[in-house]
Amino acid sequence: MEAAEATQSSGSNPKNQLSVPASLGINVFFIIYSLLCIIPLLLIVMVSITDESAVVRNGYQFIPSKFDLGAYQFLFKDATQILRSYSISIFVTIVGTVLSLVIMALYAYPISRTDFPHAKFFTFFVFFTMLFSGGLVPWYLVYAQTLDLKDTLMALIMPLLVAAFFVLIIRTFFQTTIPAAILESAKIDGAGELTIFLKIVLPLSLPVLATVALFQTLTYWNDWFLSLVFITKDGNITVQYLMYKTMLNIQFLANNSTAAAAITAAGGTFRFPSETVRMAMVVVGIGPIIFAYPFFQKYFVKGLTVGAVKG
Amino acid sequence: MAKQAPEAAAAAYIPRSSVKKMSHLRIFRKYWMFYVMMLPAIVLLVLNNYIPMFGIIIAFKNINYADGILGSPWSGLRNFEYLFKTSDAWIITRNTLLYNSGFIVLNLVFPIAFAIMLNEIRSRFLAKLHQTIMFLPYFLSMVVISYLVFGFMSDEHGYLNSSLLPSLGLEKVQWYFTQEVWPYILPIVNTWKSMGYFTVIYMAAIIGIDDEYYEAATIDGASKWKQMTSITVPLIMPVITIMTLLQIGKIFNADFGLFFQVPRESGVLFPVTNVIDTYVYRTFLTVGDIGLSSAAGLLQSVVGFTLVFLSNWVVRRINKENALF
Repeated sequence: MEAAEATQSSGSNPKNQLSVPASLGINVFFIIYSLLCIIPLLLIVMVSITDESAVVRNGYQFIPSKFDLGAYQFLFKDATQILRSYSISIFVTIVGTVLSLVIMALYAYPISRTDFPHAKFFTFFVFFTMLFSGGLVPWYLVYAQTLDLKDTLMALIMPLLVAAFFVLIIRTFFQTTIPAAILESAKIDGAGELTIFLKIVLPLSLPVLATVALFQTLTYWNDWFLSLVFITKDGNITVQYLMYKTMLNIQFLANNSTAAAAITAAGGTFRFPSETVRMAMVVVGIGPIIFAYPFFQKYFVKGLTVGAVKG
Repeated sequence: MAKQAPEAAAAAYIPRSSVKKMSHLRIFRKYWMFYVMMLPAIVLLVLNNYIPMFGIIIAFKNINYADGILGSPWSGLRNFEYLFKTSDAWIITRNTLLYNSGFIVLNLVFPIAFAIMLNEIRSRFLAKLHQTIMFLPYFLSMVVISYLVFGFMSDEHGYLNSSLLPSLGLEKVQWYFTQEVWPYILPIVNTWKSMGYFTVIYMAAIIGIDDEYYEAATIDGASKWKQMTSITVPLIMPVITIMTLLQIGKIFNADFGLFFQVPRESGVLFPVTNVIDTYVYRTFLTVGDIGLSSAAGLLQSVVGFTLVFLSNWVVRRINKENALF
C-alpha cells in the first residue's frame, strides 16, 4: 500500500513502507526542491528592499547589505500608473471570467443533451478549433482590422472568452452528473429549456463551473500576449504588460511618474533607483497571485479531476 | 481505474443512435431555445477561429493594404519559396521540434517520478505542503518568470555573476549573449514551471489505484521498485498516453511566452531561441512581412493538424479508449 494512502485508510501495512534512509532521502529531496521553487521569488523581494547603491555595488543578493524601502516609496509617490493598471487588470479579469463562464455554459448545455439531434455537429464545431487554427496573421487581422478593436479592453477580453477545451469539460460534466430523469420530469412539469438550465443544471454543476472560473481567472490575470499584440498606446496597460514594459525600459515608469519629474526639477541630482524599482514593481505585480494561490491551488487540484470521465 | 486528467474529457463523446430522424426545420422549431443559448459562443467561435481559418489564403497572396485581403493578387507558392530560401525556416523548425521533444520527455519522466516519490512521504501534511509549493511557479506569468531568471542571470547584477560564480572562483558569463547555455536553461525553466501541474495529474492517477494490488504485491514480497515498475506505472499508462499524445499533437506549437519573454529578445540568442511562434510574431508585427509570416503560420497549422491526427491514429491502434477522437 502506498504510504500516502496509509494515513487515509485504516488498514495500514507496515511491511510495505520505505526503509528509513530512503524515506529520509525523499524528504530531504523534496525540501530542497521546494526551496528551489521559492528562492527565485525571494531574490526578487530581497533586491526590492535593498538600497539602490548597494545593489549597484554588490549585485542582486539574498541578504540585503543595506535595507531600504526607497523603491516602494518611489513607486507609490505617484501610483497613478500602477493603480490604473491594477484596475484594468481587475476589470478585464472579472468581466472576462464571468462572461466566459456564462457563454461557455450556455453552449455546453445543448451539446450535452443526447436528445438534441444537432448536438453532434455543434460538439464538432467547437472541438475542431482545438485541432486547427488559421495562425496569428489572419487572427490578428480579424481583431485589428475587421473588428477594429485595437487599443480597446474588448481586445483583451474577447479572444479568451470561448476555450474549446473548457466547453468540452463542462459538457462532459453535464452529461455524466446530471441524471436525465431529472430533466425529463422537469420537462413534464412544463419547464422551458432555459428554466431547466438555470434552475436545475447550473446549481448542480457548481464544482465544474468553479474550476473553470478559477482557470479563466488565472488566464485573464496572467495574460500579457493580447496586450503585446493589440495595445499600442499607453492607456490600457494591464499589470502584466506594465511589468513587461518595465523590464524592457525602466524609464517607462519614470516617464509616467510626475513624481520623478518633480524631483528632477527640484533637486536636479535625482538618481532614478532603476534596479530596485524594477524588482519592487514585480513584487507589487505578483502580490495578488501569491495571496490567492494557496486557495487557488487547493481547488485546482480538486478541479483537475472534476471533468474526468467516471470509469 | 485511474482517474483521468480533464484532457480525457474530450474523449467521452457519447453519440446516441436512438434519436429519430427529424427534418432540420422541425429540429429548429423544437429546440429553438438551444440555438439562442449557443448563439454568443457561435459568434465568438466564428470570429475568433473560423474566419481566421479562411484567412490562410493570405499565405498564397501578395497582400497590399490598398486592395485588401480578397482583392490582393495571388502569388501562388512564392511566399513559401521565400520562406525556405531563408536560413530561418530550418532553424525555427529544428528549434521548435527539438525543444518540444525535450519538454515532452522531461514533462513525463520528472513529474511521474515526483508523483511516485511524493506518494511515499509518510506525513500527509508534508506531502501537501511540498505539492502546494511545487505548484507555485505554474501560477506565475511568463513575464514574472523572465524576471526571476533575470535575477539570477543578469549580466551586470545577476546573482550568478555577482555572487555565486566569483565565490567559486569562476569567470563571469554573459548569459544573455551565450548561445550554448540556453538549450539547457529553457528546458529547466519549462520543467520547473509545469512540474506542479503535471505532478498533480499523475498523483491523482496514482491515488486512484486500488490498494489491493499493493497488498498482494507485498505478500508476494515485491520490492518497492518492483511495485513501481509492475503496478504503478502500468496502471497509470492511460493517463501517460493521453498526456503524451496531447503534447505530441502540439509539438509544432511552441510556448510563445517561454521563448519570447525568458531570453529577453536577445538577438544574439535567436539561433537557439527562435521558434516558429516567435518567428511568425516577429516577421509579422515587428518586421511587417505578412507574406513570410503567414506562410510560416500556415505550415505550422497544417503540420500540427496532421500530427494530431497521426498521434491519435497511433493511440487508437494501441488502445481505442485512450484516443482523443
